[in-house]
Amino acid sequence: MQTYSKIQTFWLVALRMAIGWHFLYEGIAKALSPKWTAAGYLMDSQGWFASMFRWMAGSETTLGIVDFCNEWGLVLIGLGLIAGCMARAASIGGIVLLGFYFLSHPPFIGSESMFMLPREGSYMWIDRNLIEIAALALLYVFPTSRRFGLDGYIFKKKNNV
Amino acid sequence: MSEEKDKQPLCAGRRETLKKLIAAPVLGAMAYGVYKKMQYDRSRRSVGELFRLDAPPQAREFDPEGNPVRIGLVGYGIRGKLLMRALGFAEPSRIDTLKEAALLNSRDRRYADYMEQESLNVTVTAVCDIFDTYAEEAVVAGSNIYREGTGGRMGPAPKRYRTYRELIAAEDVDAVIIATPDHWHGTIAMEAALAGKHVYLEKPATWTVPETYMLREVIKKTGVVFSLGHQGRQTDSYIRAKQIVDKGILGHVSLIEVCTNRNDPNGAWVYPIHETASPSTIDWKQFEGDPARIREYMDYMTSHGLARYVGPEARGQFSLERFFRWRCWWDYSTGLSGDLLTHEYDAVNQIMGCGIPHSATSSGGVYFFKDGRTVPDVLQTTFEFPDRDLTMLYSATLASERDRGKVFMGHDASMEVSSSLIVKADPASTRYAEQIKSGLIKPDMPIMTYVPGQEGVDAVTSATELYFAQRGLLYSYVNGRRYSTTYLHLREWVDCIRHGGTPSCDVDAAFEEAIAAHMGTRAWLEGRTMYWDRDKEEIVRG
Repeated sequence: MQTYSKIQTFWLVALRMAIGWHFLYEGIAKALSPKWTAAGYLMDSQGWFASMFRWMAGSETTLGIVDFCNEWGLVLIGLGLIAGCMARAASIGGIVLLGFYFLSHPPFIGSESMFMLPREGSYMWIDRNLIEIAALALLYVFPTSRRFGLDGYIFKKKNNV
Repeated sequence: MSEEKDKQPLCAGRRETLKKLIAAPVLGAMAYGVYKKMQYDRSRRSVGELFRLDAPPQAREFDPEGNPVRIGLVGYGIRGKLLMRALGFAEPSRIDTLKEAALLNSRDRRYADYMEQESLNVTVTAVCDIFDTYAEEAVVAGSNIYREGTGGRMGPAPKRYRTYRELIAAEDVDAVIIATPDHWHGTIAMEAALAGKHVYLEKPATWTVPETYMLREVIKKTGVVFSLGHQGRQTDSYIRAKQIVDKGILGHVSLIEVCTNRNDPNGAWVYPIHETASPSTIDWKQFEGDPARIREYMDYMTSHGLARYVGPEARGQFSLERFFRWRCWWDYSTGLSGDLLTHEYDAVNQIMGCGIPHSATSSGGVYFFKDGRTVPDVLQTTFEFPDRDLTMLYSATLASERDRGKVFMGHDASMEVSSSLIVKADPASTRYAEQIKSGLIKPDMPIMTYVPGQEGVDAVTSATELYFAQRGLLYSYVNGRRYSTTYLHLREWVDCIRHGGTPSCDVDAAFEEAIAAHMGTRAWLEGRTMYWDRDKEEIVRG
């Protein structure tokens, strides 16, 4: 941490807050909407793993688990990033969730015509999910949560960052 | 200076602590934002309160207990096949096709849906078709009780009858499904009812005006369970649409626009001619029609100067074209009015309860399919309901697929009905003026949407669900099972046979449907307005 300049620190923390905000609100919005379910999105999957995602939507049990993990996963990851609490674990969690979204709706050439859900924007290979994954990986290797976050208390003894 | 030195670590410590709690203002902002959003949603919901509907009327519970209903099918053409499938008796080749499609595309649920479709506890004991190939196929389909593909197990074969009269007379037939060309509808239905058989009759109910009265009388006199094949009666969104109209959400509805838009030979009734069809495989004599009906038809056509619409070929002359594409000639058909206007009219009658129109005017002609047909391929029919201050406009072409919805235009809101429902407030609405002014209702945004299978009517539109619904792509597992409306319509009829009750499209609805269609047809043929004399129950010329 000591090696970051002020401006580097500022933008790293800002990035962490922004991604945290994105996750947290996405989770809260889903949790507050009683009818929300990932079923439509999962059934709309394309690509190599499409059958796995459709299987997830196939039974009430798996769908219930997916919906629960998605909603509360988003909330916890968002809180973790904003509060700087277990921020590196939150980054990994975020990467995993985004990885699922990316794989279920891969932005391959021609795939946009196969999705039934309307998509925002135009992508080729790289989409917003992948960019957010890269940003989370960046936050993982350039952590800021021990000085700007609760990790400072959690990891008090190893105060090397 | 020394004091300051002492204080410094304390300040630094406080600063470090503050840095660690940097999340506090961010989380505060988030909490404020979520609070504002919830407030906004609540205000939207309060708009929703305006439109809260009661729970939809519960569909009739199906009770399969009891003796199987023994069914005889007359007519195994395009519609007959669909009806048999809906009953649970698909031809093995159809099962093969569905299976293959499911293997190729795991999202194709048709095979799974079909296999999961609950049994109606019926058996097909008799079939009749005057074309040998169709009759033989019907026997195979009727035996496919295990719903297996080619080479699979088969149950007992239904008996094939050469004439509908023999089928009706069969002792092991409790109920008859009629899916013949239009000119046979009323005759077979009446004879079946007189023999004590229950009747499921494809639309339109009748071919001639006189038989319409006779059919109603016979069905009422015999008391058999009669259902007209307007499966739209089972459509979820129509049932909801009726609730919306009844609640006055649209305000006064002055105009309803309904349409048919097709643009392919099949949609224009140019059906393929079967390769095995010939005078030796088709009983042409029976195809010609019932002499009494033909007399009624010819009486009307000749006494009103409409002889040019008869034929042009002699009725007794064998013709493959006329056999397979019978809808193109008035000699057997009721044209656009009977085939497609009836669906739209019945939906409007179901939703508005408007009954037989006061008057009908029609225009149109054979403007595209100049293949020798006598029925028009473009038709506009206007029905007036002055006692309801309402016009229903039907507009059809068989030469353009441009989509036009079924729209109910009210002073306060308009409603578009398809497999889903969309209600939009009118910018000049009186009832919603205040809400529009305050911005709670935006006239360009739906104020209500209804997606079939969803629990309630949503006052806050979900774009995703709407998108799915409009394309008919709502997956059944999200909100429970999905059924074909034809299956539900047949199920209702079978249940009424077994446990009593009256089907939703009973003989009174059938009478209204047939008279409305005949008024539209006569208006076109004669080029004048047709009126309905409600007291005398007669079609009167204008």
